[in-house]
Amino acid sequence: MSTLVYINSNNGLAKNTLEAITYAKKLGEEVIAITTGSADDSVLATLGQYGANKVLIDRTVNTDDSQQITNVVAAAAESMGSNSVVFSHDFIGKSVGPRLSVRLKAGLVPGATDIPRNGKIRVNVFSGKAMGFVSIKSARKVISLLPNSLQPEGGGENCPVEEFNGNAGIAGVKVLDSKVPEGEIPLPEAELVVSAGRGLKGPENWGMVEELAKELGAATACSRPVADIGWRPHHEHVGQTGVAIRPNLYIAAGISGAIQHLAGVNGSKVIVVVNTDPEAPFFKAADYGVVGDAFEVIPRLTEAVKKFKANG
Amino acid sequence: MKLLVCISKSPDTTSKITFKEDNTKFDENGVQFIVNPYDEWYALVRALELKEANNGSVTIITVGTAVDDAVIRKALAIGADEAVRINSEPHDAYFTAMQIADYAKTNDFDIVLTGKETINYNGSQVGGMIAEALGTPFVSLASKLDVNGSTATLETEIVGGVEVVEVNTPFVVSCAKGMAEQRIPNMRGIMAARTKPLNVIEPSAIEALTSFESYELPPSKSACKMINPENMEELVDLLHNEAKVI
Ligand SMILES: Cc1cc2nc3c(=O)[nH]c(=O)nc-3n(C[C@H](O)[C@H](O)[C@H](O)COP(=O)(O)OP(=O)(O)OC[C@H]3O[C@@H](n4cnc5c(N)ncnc54)[C@H](O)[C@@H]3O)c2cc1C
Repeated sequence: MSTLVYINSNNGLAKNTLEAITYAKKLGEEVIAITTGSADDSVLATLGQYGANKVLIDRTVNTDDSQQITNVVAAAAESMGSNSVVFSHDFIGKSVGPRLSVRLKAGLVPGATDIPRNGKIRVNVFSGKAMGFVSIKSARKVISLLPNSLQPEGGGENCPVEEFNGNAGIAGVKVLDSKVPEGEIPLPEAELVVSAGRGLKGPENWGMVEELAKELGAATACSRPVADIGWRPHHEHVGQTGVAIRPNLYIAAGISGAIQHLAGVNGSKVIVVVNTDPEAPFFKAADYGVVGDAFEVIPRLTEAVKKFKANG
Repeated sequence: MKLLVCISKSPDTTSKITFKEDNTKFDENGVQFIVNPYDEWYALVRALELKEANNGSVTIITVGTAVDDAVIRKALAIGADEAVRINSEPHDAYFTAMQIADYAKTNDFDIVLTGKETINYNGSQVGGMIAEALGTPFVSLASKLDVNGSTATLETEIVGGVEVVEVNTPFVVSCAKGMAEQRIPNMRGIMAARTKPLNVIEPSAIEALTSFESYELPPSKSACKMINPENMEELVDLLHNEAKVI
């Protein structure tokens, strides 16, 4: 018996893919990684360090089309006799995981935050306001792991990489163009996030937020009204109706902490709140609070981070 | 153009979440139900805009019991032409998706739209499952959707950016922010919704593959440590030495 893990290797091996391998290893069976695209064998072999026993690659597939990837993963599950398939709960996990669940008639747990305990897998529900424990009734299982739920555990040996042909068929979805802003850290995977809200008064004041983020190596985020009025792009909107994130550190400046905002960020390990209003509801959800004007506090914090980095 | 929009109910975003029966069931007592915001604001409104521009029809579908008719009427008030309710509790995403797919198979829709996830179970599962059951392409997390004849152009979220993709009908799409602006139903819409067709059909024999066994509330936060706004060195020191996050 083995566990199959789908790996997105399009742009190197991101942290969430290493998390997925580590997770699969913890399930206790042989770990087979399957990927598509054109990554180098030497890169893929390093998945062995995190627990993969073997990596399969289907080089005939060069898009993220969910039908093609489903065909390949289903074929690999068949030929490897895998009863469990693991994804990262990213955009591929969210499009291929459900298809594969239907194809294999395998119960799907989307956004797992822990390994199975007593046959139950923990997930976040009600936009992070609660946790649920799900059991799978079918013999076959599909699990997609919420990014940043566990740390990748390396230290092992490289593993063999083999070519695989899963008869992917044709892509129903044709990619015309892709726009990935250079040098920005994608929000869902970021470990550190600096976020700001309506308290910043206008889009021209985001320079200090970006500067702090740059100094920390953090991604930037915002509250919903800020995205709605066009001060910031939509993909930065966090909360119940935006992106749900769970970084190690979430710094929120000029955000009141409405329940819908909290729902998307309360999985953060540590929350720092900067607000002029000592009664702002966000302080109830914060670990560290600063009552003060963001226009003074944020640049001061940036300076303090610079100093800290300079002193090593 | 025939459009099918999948609608789920969800608790109002301000709802306090509690559980009953030894934490095995969501306590609906006092909870106000709304149309799941992703389904309403993005999937339904974009479907209505496409219909207005290209003619055709918008059908909404939900898997639920008679208590959900109120939520269905809300969605009809925004402008859908007719509604279908598959008369069953939605046991899990697989069960729900297979019911909807069974209906869609016999009705030749050009596009099936879902929200990107519900705000209660957040699974992002139903759209992809329907697509697989129908054997059609699936575009997930779309923030833009334009249709020209039988070809659609979409923008979707990928890691750290967006992708522009093209797909032919029929297909399934899950809708995220950016696709449309929320519409507030007017009095005429609310009146008209009362008499629009709501067809109740019985479910197909399908077994759920998963079940929620229990729930827990997250541990409550310990008290917030207040830092002097003049002293950001202290905050950095705490984040490094105490919280160990930088
Ligand atoms: C169905 C629904 C879904 C929603 N989903 C979301 C969601 O996903 N995400 C989301 O964020 N919101 C969401 N909202 C909106 C939410 O209810 C709040 O309105 C919103 O989060 C408030 O944004 P804000 O904190 O930036 O602005 P405000 O509430 O206006 O707060 C601004 C804060 O800045 C502080 N401030 C002002 N000046 C300064 C200064 N100089 N320095 C420091 N602090 C200052 C103020 O004290 C105040 O606390 C949703 C609402 C609804 C009804």
